[in-house]
Amino acid sequence: MTTKSALVIGGGIAGIQASLDLADRNIHVYLVDRLPTIGGTMCMLDKTFPTNDCSACILSPKMADAAGHPNITLMTYTEVEKIEGEAGNFTVTLKKKARYVDEESCTACGDCVAKCPTRGIPDQFNYGLTTRRAIYIPHAQAVPRKALIDPTQCKMILDGKCGVCAKTCGKNAIHYDDADKTETIEVGSVIAACGFSVWDAKAATEYGYGRIANVVTAIEYERLEGAAGPFDGHIPVPSTIVKDKWGVPDKHNEATKGPKSVAWIQCCGSRSHKKKWRQYCSSVCCMYATKQAMITKEHGDVDEDIFFMDIRSYGKEFEAYIIRGETEYGIHMHRGARVSNLEEDPVTKQVIVNYTDKDNNGVSKTFDMVVLSIGLEAPEGAEEFAKVLGIELNQYGFAKTTVFNPLETTRPGIYVTGAFAAPKDIPTSVAEASGAAAKAGANIVNDPSWEPCKPKQYPAEKDVSGKEPRIGVWVCHCGINIGSVVNVPEVAKYAESLPHVVVSKETKYACAQDTLNEISQFITDYDLNRVVVASCTPRTHEPLFREACRNGGLNMYLYNMANIRDQCSWIHMHSPEAATEKAKDLLRMAIAKACLLEPLEGAEIPVTQAAAVIGGGITGMTTALDIAAQKIPVHIFEREDHLGGFATNFTHAEDGKLVSEFLAETIKKIENCPYITVHLNAKVKEIPGYVGNFRVVLEDGTETPVGAVEFAVGAAQYKPVEYNYGSDAKVKTYVELEKEINAGKFQGKNVVFIQCVGSRNEKVGYCSRVCCAASIRNAIAIKKKDPTANVTIIHKDIRTYGFREDMYYEASSLGVRFLRRCNDNELPAYDGNFVEAYDTTLGEKVKIPVDTLALAVGIAPMREEKEKLAVMVKVPISKDGFYFEAHQKLRPVDFATEGVFVAGAAHWPKFMDECIAQGSGAASRMLTIITKDHLVSEGITASVSNPNNCNGCGTCVGCCEYNAISIVIGPDGNPVSSVNAGLCKGCGCCVAACPSGAMEQRGFRNAQIIAEIDALLDPVMEKE
Amino acid sequence: MADNFEPLIVTFCCNWCSYAGADNAGVGRRQMPPNFRIIRTMCSARIDPEFILRALSKGADGVMVLGCHPADCHYIGGNYRARRRIALIRLVLEQYGFDPKRLLLQWVSASEGEKFQKTVVDFVDTIKALGPTPIKSKKQKDMLTNAVAIKEE
Repeated sequence: MTTKSALVIGGGIAGIQASLDLADRNIHVYLVDRLPTIGGTMCMLDKTFPTNDCSACILSPKMADAAGHPNITLMTYTEVEKIEGEAGNFTVTLKKKARYVDEESCTACGDCVAKCPTRGIPDQFNYGLTTRRAIYIPHAQAVPRKALIDPTQCKMILDGKCGVCAKTCGKNAIHYDDADKTETIEVGSVIAACGFSVWDAKAATEYGYGRIANVVTAIEYERLEGAAGPFDGHIPVPSTIVKDKWGVPDKHNEATKGPKSVAWIQCCGSRSHKKKWRQYCSSVCCMYATKQAMITKEHGDVDEDIFFMDIRSYGKEFEAYIIRGETEYGIHMHRGARVSNLEEDPVTKQVIVNYTDKDNNGVSKTFDMVVLSIGLEAPEGAEEFAKVLGIELNQYGFAKTTVFNPLETTRPGIYVTGAFAAPKDIPTSVAEASGAAAKAGANIVNDPSWEPCKPKQYPAEKDVSGKEPRIGVWVCHCGINIGSVVNVPEVAKYAESLPHVVVSKETKYACAQDTLNEISQFITDYDLNRVVVASCTPRTHEPLFREACRNGGLNMYLYNMANIRDQCSWIHMHSPEAATEKAKDLLRMAIAKACLLEPLEGAEIPVTQAAAVIGGGITGMTTALDIAAQKIPVHIFEREDHLGGFATNFTHAEDGKLVSEFLAETIKKIENCPYITVHLNAKVKEIPGYVGNFRVVLEDGTETPVGAVEFAVGAAQYKPVEYNYGSDAKVKTYVELEKEINAGKFQGKNVVFIQCVGSRNEKVGYCSRVCCAASIRNAIAIKKKDPTANVTIIHKDIRTYGFREDMYYEASSLGVRFLRRCNDNELPAYDGNFVEAYDTTLGEKVKIPVDTLALAVGIAPMREEKEKLAVMVKVPISKDGFYFEAHQKLRPVDFATEGVFVAGAAHWPKFMDECIAQGSGAASRMLTIITKDHLVSEGITASVSNPNNCNGCGTCVGCCEYNAISIVIGPDGNPVSSVNAGLCKGCGCCVAACPSGAMEQRGFRNAQIIAEIDALLDPVMEKE
Repeated sequence: MADNFEPLIVTFCCNWCSYAGADNAGVGRRQMPPNFRIIRTMCSARIDPEFILRALSKGADGVMVLGCHPADCHYIGGNYRARRRIALIRLVLEQYGFDPKRLLLQWVSASEGEKFQKTVVDFVDTIKALGPTPIKSKKQKDMLTNAVAIKEE
């Protein structure tokens, strides 16, 4: 590599996202994972909250993108051993562990695995719920999907007595003499996305994990529940599982029963000062437990209970999710219940949960199964690895960061993202991953010697217009995967008899390099203008064969595929004749479509290399600085007459530094930056255009062309109407109180904080996320200054997630009194002198004298402001009034409208460090567009192929989810539909909707699909 | 009806969920009757009612349309549109003398190999119970084919 690269350590969702962002900017990336597959923890999960999206469905495409990206060098089963040098110039030593299977030649056919005699080894991916063999493919969705040998188990490697797999392998891919290899690479930046480990539940002896059969951890439950797990998604009661002598469960055994009742026990390993327990909150368990309970309910009628101290549903639409779980799904929520211990019924093997209910009564309840909601902790080996990285860890063993620099480690040039910095959920990790990519990219592109990765050069594409189809066909045996069921020679011979087929060959492995070369060569030798491969699935292999076509000078869209393995030989193993007939049908259909394929080109869209940031608060300023750091012009549009946004109200310090000081420094950086233009008092009137080509038009008529736009318009504080706010001098918001405290003017002796004023009620359903920590921060300040002051916080739940739990503990230790109000929508009564509240410990109502009533007012979305901007670029607003991103899990800062992004409190209420990280995240996403001089759109798009048929009815306009279609006046003066190829995603919805046949989808034209149907049902069998 | 009736079923799968679900069934080696052939589109919303009528008119014994679960659509809401179109086309099918049970809409996610298998097994049973397509003569075929002639022709 002649130019500087980036190193991303960890191939979980955060590492993948960071790599993709960098690679999309033509920065070369080494993506290193110590495991043999990327995917991290996310690929072990069944579903994800709060959308209940299938984890595999949304993650697999990202994994495939990372593996196939020309600018990413994927290095799995590789460890980082040493990082020398400094930011911009690191030399990294890597150890690539021996797989004993050549990655290049292995086709993951699985023949070796089926024959390996060494069985019964606990399968780590399934947390030991099943077993694997000595040679194995980590799991069905593994990337790379390649076999490897476990050298601690393989008999051939241990004592030279076996060798079955090498004999089985048709590709000679197995090398027992393989050895670890050391390699050094030069990189400019490092991103540590090392993820987390789960807490070892054995330390909670009172819960009997490992001793009581039907107590499992939440991560095990994900595998039990997973549709792709060892039980096909039929959750078994563990004590009824029947395993064979190798420890592989018999998923169809009649003795295996599903649970009729399941309990979840929260905070297992978290929020406790017990030995080996963690003091922090693991941030995600309340949500994942509710998710698991919901999904379980969808599997069957199960009685479900969740035992918890506080429910912490602080994220976007989390509160509504919990409420849905409780009301719609009927999950029994035991608030304020701490479980003392679990016991096993020796006869029924059921689990008895002994707990104290909210009225302090000891209660027992019996369940078929108990799930321990185990917490997250720093990844295994983090302490040693921190030494390799040369970074400091915090007191809990996670990478040390600060509020103002949440993505930076203590070593310049090394950035951190995801759960390695603190327990966090997937969308936060993804947004931060992009943020880390923005920071890491700056070190690299600002090196004068850096050159962007060059696109690969291909031979010129042959002109196929007007030519008769000349089709080359390859039919794959896939070792014995296809060939042992489907009669491959017969199918290949059959193909030869079909019209337009010039050459038809059988091949042992179509995806092997020799066949790929042959495809490229035959395009010339046989003057082929179409290629059809009958093998496995286009989802994994189409890019490979398309590449072979391009290498042979053929447009890659002139390729088609018949799936005769996954959707034929593998599922009809006992009907070889019928499977052979089916394979012929599928191939004939593929050939019929191939005859009608056309060469396609993605449209080139020019890009204005500048960004617009709407909103000059901390989020917007962070985005602007990160983009400007790469020497790209940024325009900040701020409606006020000053920068700073809501943070100008803050008087407190974070990590020992005043927010006001940080704000002043940031504003100074903005003002001194030659790449940033600040437009104050800017009222945006309209934003016409599309990705790469927007214009921000202000009410005063000025226009600024930009390639990407960010909405960082923040949110507002809820204006309370409760408690005579405004007329009673004792009543103030926490921001006002904080100002008094920090000015040294506060004298109150009897302070009561009321939480959730303007949040979590009938009108505003959501949790405002930041208010618990804010009230506690003030309560601590008051108590520290005057230990005799009476400070009470009346709350619904305390939501100091993550390391903020330390504040909660400190406040309690200082004597701040926490009262949980009854779980209803009524606020505690206040008569001007006393607050009346229910004390759960006393079990009665108490009157608390008040000289200061501090209202923890929520965050209001400023819906009207947001709507004004939203209609300009057609982006949605959620029911709570915040912007609604493209995908809640994996595209947290993107809008479905390409080129428009969201970050900070405009997206959801959040803390300052979260706004900063998300602001950087949006910067990275914008940089993937505005660092290019043009974009290439998807080739498979809709287009008005038959404009004469179009009467401009607009049916297509209404059904397009991406606003890609508009009605324009055609050359003959009549209205006609027009597709913007830059916006079209190629779903084809409009094509099916078009009543006149004017609209077509390239690559999936009506005639092409009909050719497939006709080829199946009404075939022309003979060559003319 | 002959006991050895083996129906032929045209199956439309979307690229992102149901086609991946079919692959997943394959990876899991889930066995099922070989009576169906998959045609891949990018989204279930691409499936023109005409394709379904065409398949039935040419002698398919049944048609399956498999898409992403509600709210899982890769293209935001394509599957909702497919759902509405299928509901309408069922009405049309009855008018042409087809039992609407010959057309199935089902949601299969990328990880639901087992659901894919079950869907196929159940649908093959349904069609076996219904018997072969009512379209018998070539004349009938041509009549229906013409009725749903390709728009662009």
